[in-house]
Amino acid sequence: MQEKDKTRRKVLIGLTSTVGLSGLPFAATPFIAAWNPSAKAKAAGAPVKLDVSKMQFGQQIQVSWRKQPVFIVRHTKESIANLDIAIPKLADPNSDLIDEPYKGINASRSKSPEYSVFSGVCTHLGCAPKYFPEVEPKPWDATWNGGFFCPCHGSMFDIVGRVFKGVPAPTNLLVPPHMFEGSILTIGEDKEL
Amino acid sequence: MSAIAGKFFNWVNDRLPIVNTFERHLSKHPVPSKVNFWYLFGALAAVTLIIQIVTGIWLIMPYSNTEEQAFSSIEYIMRDVDYGWVIRYMHTTGASLFFAVVYLHMFRGLLYGSYQKPKELVWIFGCTIYLAMMAEGFLGYVLPYGQMSYWGAQVIISLFGAIPYIGESLELWVRGDYYISGITVSRFFALHVVALPLVLIALVFLHLVALHEVGAGNPEGVDIEKYLDEDGVPLDSVPFFPYKVLNALVAIGVFMTVFSIIMFFFPEGGGYFIEMANFQEANPLVTPDHIAPVWYYAPFYTMLRAIPDPLGGLIVMAAAVAIFFVVPWLDRSKVASIRYKGIFSKIAITMFGVSFLTLGYLGTVGVTEVRKTMSVICTVIYFAFFLLMPIYTKYEKTGVVPERL
Repeated sequence: MQEKDKTRRKVLIGLTSTVGLSGLPFAATPFIAAWNPSAKAKAAGAPVKLDVSKMQFGQQIQVSWRKQPVFIVRHTKESIANLDIAIPKLADPNSDLIDEPYKGINASRSKSPEYSVFSGVCTHLGCAPKYFPEVEPKPWDATWNGGFFCPCHGSMFDIVGRVFKGVPAPTNLLVPPHMFEGSILTIGEDKEL
Repeated sequence: MSAIAGKFFNWVNDRLPIVNTFERHLSKHPVPSKVNFWYLFGALAAVTLIIQIVTGIWLIMPYSNTEEQAFSSIEYIMRDVDYGWVIRYMHTTGASLFFAVVYLHMFRGLLYGSYQKPKELVWIFGCTIYLAMMAEGFLGYVLPYGQMSYWGAQVIISLFGAIPYIGESLELWVRGDYYISGITVSRFFALHVVALPLVLIALVFLHLVALHEVGAGNPEGVDIEKYLDEDGVPLDSVPFFPYKVLNALVAIGVFMTVFSIIMFFFPEGGGYFIEMANFQEANPLVTPDHIAPVWYYAPFYTMLRAIPDPLGGLIVMAAAVAIFFVVPWLDRSKVASIRYKGIFSKIAITMFGVSFLTLGYLGTVGVTEVRKTMSVICTVIYFAFFLLMPIYTKYEKTGVVPERL
């Protein structure tokens, strides 16, 4: 009798514990989910959409995404054709040192051959590099082929944001996820990624 | 009057075990009669914990945990709150000295085998306290939302990103935003002032209960339980109260002097206790020239940097802390104290101490080729001390431990 009671008790304890424990993930859900980015944080960090068809050839504009400046450049045919000239000056022409989302698709490093989209935060100390598209001798480079120059510590990047050799910035400017739907550019979201 | 007081005391004591607890844990709790200064740091750690809790409660009152106001509320405490600067500097100095005394306390454990059977659980609770303290210190450092708060947190949180597959979403989950924002600060605040202090206090309680169960050690590694008087009290022991309490009071006096000198004259500790960059508000767009951790994390930060792969660095850094937990099973020596251990143990612990200090120094300075090589060498020595312990402690020639203390 005693023995029989014990096995029955064990089964009952096992069953109640299982039922009780199965509730644990449900009870834990709100506590874990409350740490996800809130609706407000998501809205503030939402993808940015803009129409880039109104940009001039050679023009550069800046948009803000997640508190960081993102540069957009609309290239001319010549500037794309001249990209290769600067290769000997570049530290990492193929972006091997960084995790680049659209590697090897376009010379512009973006999803469009005509536009470049990259972060405007210098990879050295986070200053904003300035755009100098002119192909002419500059105080910082006698054979300047157009590109970005960082006023803080003199880092140089070409017009698609690739870093030069021998400057303080360690890597190319980062490319955020983005997509083009016609002339509408969305920064921060890519349905194909 | 005293008769009424006595009656009242008896009334309470019949309902709450005051006399029993006092006798069991203080006036009749036997502790080794001969110990040295190394045995004082536990008491000092307890004092520092109390300082941290009291000053912490006072700092919560004027502090604001929002992105806009976190930094300026610290400046408000420093400039506008009466004696706010004292309370804040007590808390920052307390944090550094808490780690200092805990490091010395842990080193005492390694020197005199304070983890050996039957004190394994005392040691493990202690290691868990240290782990909780590291988390507590990190969370606290983020709260002023200065430049080093921001970028230090950036480095630490991006460590989660090194974990394969779930890394990136884990990072986002920890931050609760796409950068270290007010949302991150306010959750760190909740953990820093409520969750982890509760854990710490519970662990300290367990650490002490387990210690009182198995009894404190001594620098000779003598088992004082062997020779008991007719009442079953070890012959080589004295009651904790008043002997050890008075002893500790002297140490606390000296400690408070050092504490005050730092707090009043060198509150930033030369940039080691509060880094200079943290006097600027957090700016997600500008990285400081040189990101260094506070001194008490520096040895582990150096290990992280010494490994080129982020995941490998994370594993090595975690292992460096985790390995403390298994020390009771790595030490195969017949003796507890370094005084009677063999020459290899003595060499090993010296090299360990030197490499730990070197790693600490390297973590606070910039990286050069030579320093990188040194960090790798010191990391290897650090791990060799633990991993080779089963061999050198087992086969070396040990001294004869005396029978009595």
